Amino acid sequence: MRPVTYLLADDVEGAVRTVTADPDTHFLAGGTTEVDLLRQNVLTPHRLVDINRLPLTGIEALPDGGVRIGALARMSEVAEDRGVRERFPMISRALELGASAQLRHMASMGGNMMQKVRCGYYRDGESPCNKRLPGSGCAALTGVSRTHAVLGTSEHCIATHPSDVAVPLVALDARIHTRIHTRTGDGERDHAIGDFFLEPGDTPDREHPLAHGELITAIEVPGLPIARRSLYLKVRDRESYEFALVSVAAAVDMVDGVIGDVRLALGGVGTRPWRAIRAEEFLIGAPAIPENFEQAARIELSDARTTAMNAFKPELARRTLVRALETLTRDGSQR
Amino acid sequence: MSTSAEPSTSPIGRPLDRVDGRAKVTGAARYAAEVPLPDLTHAVLVGARVACGRITSIDASEAERQTGVLAVLTHENIGKIAGQPPLLPSLAGTVAPGETFFPMQSDQIHYAGQQVALVVAETYEQALHASRLVRVEYAEQPSVTVIDDARDQAYEPEAIFAGFIPGRAQRGDVAQALEQADVTVDNTFSYAANHHNPIEPSAATAWWEGDRLTLHDTTQGVTATQHTVAALLGIPHTRIRVVSHFTGGSFGAKAMIWHHPTLAALAARAVHRPVRLALTREQMFTGCGHREEQEHHLTLGADQRGRLTALRHHKLSLTSPFDHWAEPSLGVVGQMYACPHYEGAYHLIRANTMTPTFMRCPGEATGLFSLETSMDELAERLGLDPVELRLRNFAETDPASGKPWSSNGLEECYRRGAERIGWHRRAEPPARDGDWVIGLGMAASAYPVYGPNNPARARARVYADGTAVVQAAVTDIGTGVLTAMTQVAAEALCLPVERCRFEGGDTDLPHVAATVGSSGAGMVSAAVYAAATELRAQLVARAVADEGSPLHGADPDHVVVRDGRMMRGDAPDTGESYAELLRRNFLPDSEATGSWGPPPHDVPYAALTFGAQFAEVAVDPELGLVRVRRLAGAFAPGRVLNAKTARSQLMGGMIWGLSQALLEATHMEPNTGRWANASLGEYLVPVNADAPEVDVDFVDVEENLVNPLGVKGVGEVGQAGVAAAIANAIHHATGRRIRKMPITIEDLVVAPEA
Amino acid sequence: MAVRTPEASPGPEAAERGPGPVKVRLGVNGRERGIDIEPRVSLLEVLRAELDLTGAKRGCDQGTCGACTVWVDGRRVLACLTLAITCEGREVTTIEGLARPDGTGDGQLHPMQEEFIAQDAFQCGYCTPGQIMSAVGCVQEGHATDDAEIKEWMSGNICRCAAYPHIRAAIRAARDRV
Repeated sequence: MRPVTYLLADDVEGAVRTVTADPDTHFLAGGTTEVDLLRQNVLTPHRLVDINRLPLTGIEALPDGGVRIGALARMSEVAEDRGVRERFPMISRALELGASAQLRHMASMGGNMMQKVRCGYYRDGESPCNKRLPGSGCAALTGVSRTHAVLGTSEHCIATHPSDVAVPLVALDARIHTRIHTRTGDGERDHAIGDFFLEPGDTPDREHPLAHGELITAIEVPGLPIARRSLYLKVRDRESYEFALVSVAAAVDMVDGVIGDVRLALGGVGTRPWRAIRAEEFLIGAPAIPENFEQAARIELSDARTTAMNAFKPELARRTLVRALETLTRDGSQR
Repeated sequence: MSTSAEPSTSPIGRPLDRVDGRAKVTGAARYAAEVPLPDLTHAVLVGARVACGRITSIDASEAERQTGVLAVLTHENIGKIAGQPPLLPSLAGTVAPGETFFPMQSDQIHYAGQQVALVVAETYEQALHASRLVRVEYAEQPSVTVIDDARDQAYEPEAIFAGFIPGRAQRGDVAQALEQADVTVDNTFSYAANHHNPIEPSAATAWWEGDRLTLHDTTQGVTATQHTVAALLGIPHTRIRVVSHFTGGSFGAKAMIWHHPTLAALAARAVHRPVRLALTREQMFTGCGHREEQEHHLTLGADQRGRLTALRHHKLSLTSPFDHWAEPSLGVVGQMYACPHYEGAYHLIRANTMTPTFMRCPGEATGLFSLETSMDELAERLGLDPVELRLRNFAETDPASGKPWSSNGLEECYRRGAERIGWHRRAEPPARDGDWVIGLGMAASAYPVYGPNNPARARARVYADGTAVVQAAVTDIGTGVLTAMTQVAAEALCLPVERCRFEGGDTDLPHVAATVGSSGAGMVSAAVYAAATELRAQLVARAVADEGSPLHGADPDHVVVRDGRMMRGDAPDTGESYAELLRRNFLPDSEATGSWGPPPHDVPYAALTFGAQFAEVAVDPELGLVRVRRLAGAFAPGRVLNAKTARSQLMGGMIWGLSQALLEATHMEPNTGRWANASLGEYLVPVNADAPEVDVDFVDVEENLVNPLGVKGVGEVGQAGVAAAIANAIHHATGRRIRKMPITIEDLVVAPEA
Repeated sequence: MAVRTPEASPGPEAAERGPGPVKVRLGVNGRERGIDIEPRVSLLEVLRAELDLTGAKRGCDQGTCGACTVWVDGRRVLACLTLAITCEGREVTTIEGLARPDGTGDGQLHPMQEEFIAQDAFQCGYCTPGQIMSAVGCVQEGHATDDAEIKEWMSGNICRCAAYPHIRAAIRAARDRV
């Protein structure tokens, strides 16, 4: 790890200004990505601004049935929050199936949104990687790519977005609130989560629309009654402490055997947390029967592009999507 | 729960709590990289980023400029080793280099990760950062790193394993027998490379006092480290003291002596200060060997009743540019069943990897998968119960040598294991539990009983306060050998265990070979028992000759000792304690040594530790998930020195089998020749949630031959056969035969090829 | 005892420290310790190298094994991914301070430590301090009600010796003693 200087921030504006002013200054929150990649020599800031003592830790149930999650709330705190558990079980579940108990105590929600990919070629600090060093190439395309993405890829990058909790957040149309400092002064911004995670395209190094120094302050999840009966299904080799090969966040509203509303998102298969819009569109108004689930899954995965090593992923994703929908509709207890 | 002395019962076999338990649960136990020393410096290695080629330049200037950096050592300035010792297994009790190559001696690169530089600095962080700044340029050449790169270059070695195992073995006429067989089962198996990944990374702390070197090493054998480092440095081994009080797991990674202790010694000489050198987790994938990528081709021939008539087993695997190494996968396979016609052959490909090495259950972990999944298939073809098929092929004597077994117990293992798992529940079609299909599978298990090539020695001492210390240079890598030897010493000295202390892990103590291949308990117990028995006899002899002793004049053969008190067998009130005898004679202590072995090469028996493995798995065939719900194993390991630690070792071995079956694979990056998943995040080993309840049962057998206490060992046999039992259970649940390890989600999700 | 927060908290610019060694005060096992460290140094390295508390182990240095588990303000965290300087004003507890908050602990074991011995919940012992700190945290968090829960909530601590069934037994036993 290169030498760094350290600043303990005690106000949001100061922290944002300090980081904005210097491209070699990074925020330090839970540290589970930042410290790891500093030690890997992948991130090389000269200065860290410790934001852990900023007052951004609250978790607040909103009158519309939604919830506002402070960026520095820890994953474990959000997972255990009663409001989150009741209103958005898929969020709690995704959090609890992520990482380990220790990491969940450390990692912040804002940091989770900003976490880096797990691609070994990105992490080794020296392989060709367009995300780490634009223009250097993508070693994963012809390399070991079992865990890599099949949706939203480009010829420049196929790294999978690693977050679990971002998957239900995408399904739920969450919004990301930030603080920003520009020449004209301090301000706040608000990003729809659908626009927050960028596909690699020609610029894999650009992962989100934030300016350098722009700080996530909160994640707001709008109220959505059908999310009270939602699930997060995660498929992986190991029973725990592993990133998803495929995951599905799903919520379904069914009336008389017909799907009234549905939210679906996929993890582990996309270069971003993947909202399954096409599957949702197919399902709304369709009878909740296995054939329709399978058709929806097929439609969603029809553009999947695979390598020899991850060729199983589209089929696994289809089956996982179907399983999630079957599980949610199986007992027929919905109205 | 079990530490209260019961003088009338034998200390051997009792489930005594580990004697080093308190040190381990309080954090007081010091491992090799934790020895506090004044003026300590820290070293970090730099590994080659290409798999084959030459170093064209090394620029260490930026690294050297960093605060705290004391030295950057490379092939240009580290100096030459004195000579390369031959590759001998560390059980031989002498030199045991992991490969017959030492890095940083020239500009030649043979494998990715090969050590090319060593940075020494005041602190670990400084050394780690500077290690990233050493700029090494290479002229890269084409490399071979996977079997598919060079099938046409395979050769059949004369011998593998330092010449100890012939490259080919046969009996009868296998080709003809296969032709005449009623049924044949013919399959190819592929096994991923595996890495041990003990949680303690390999490390050494080295310092010189004049021409004397002290090394704290993470090792399975301090004497192996001592002799190997001495040979490489060209100094007498008597000038090197190696200490290893605690080794944080090994599983073979620390069975052979790799380069870091010697490099630490060289670095300490260069900076004239103590050096601590610990491998990073990534370097653990290129610093201490691995289980090689391999393919097996196994053909069974049998008659209609299921009796094996022929067995052909060929193995193809990658070795290094230096050594003919293959893990001995053909060993037990040729001995497991009464089969008259057999042929086994190793085929090697020279590749740009380091020399592969022992990894837990070496050879049998893969060999028995090939054999025991084939047996399951044979049972299916013949409509026989898999247990019944194995009973029909039970080998009354060793089919390889024709010699009788030292002890066996296998048939009882089958019965007990079947009972434990509830084998009678195995139904067709298999049971369902929601989305899960429940499968049951079984396999036979066996592992060789190895002995050392040099005598194992121990020393026993009774003090005038009535306590005893027994010593041998054995390391406890988690097996519980320190605890078991305390029990052996207590038994032989007739002392309560609380008054016995066992010391190991130091080359200043009597010599024993490395504890590898499940041999530690057998050979060290023999030496400890000999030393302690000799000491007891000496004390009794002294007492009966001592006019001041109540035992004066008694027949020593009729003196019994209980709880440290010697007494006449016919008059127990007449006697005295060891302590009284010593104090009266103004003796601070009394001491004896003992040794055992090595056993002669041509003994009139064959020895394997037998067992039987049973697995219950739940398979979600849609999602490709396999979850092992229960493992049950029954084993006949001869005498068990400590029921608690032996059970733990077998349980751990069984979970290792699960891990190999379902999780462990190191993927080679074919473009660069580097391991692609060199971290514990991506090289998957089981976590708590993967580990089911494990049922371990012991089958008593009378074992009087392999060593004085009849200890056959439990370190590896727990793993042997487990992976096959799991694969067979997957077949029961799904009808799919997956002939590879690990068996992963894609194997079950992708439709089988027509 | 209480550990004071760092006194300097004016504007961030004024408080920039490093990259060379800076004075840092850490509360570890109930004692305040003053050390000179570079800001880049991890809590794990400080515990092991500066304070000679080697119970927390380096197994991977990248958050994948759990051997470095300690508590910061009573919560189990990974010391390898925690910069020591961020712990100023917080209370760090290691295995050496588990039995007694003052870290002396002479002869006295925490019930979890006793049960790890009794159930033979370790072999080589290297992951054990991390397992125990995690296990006590697991029980305190209320995540040890049954085996399924223990399995999941203890999965951040790898035991390569695979003593897992015995680790669960020890946690059950210690939980039931409290």
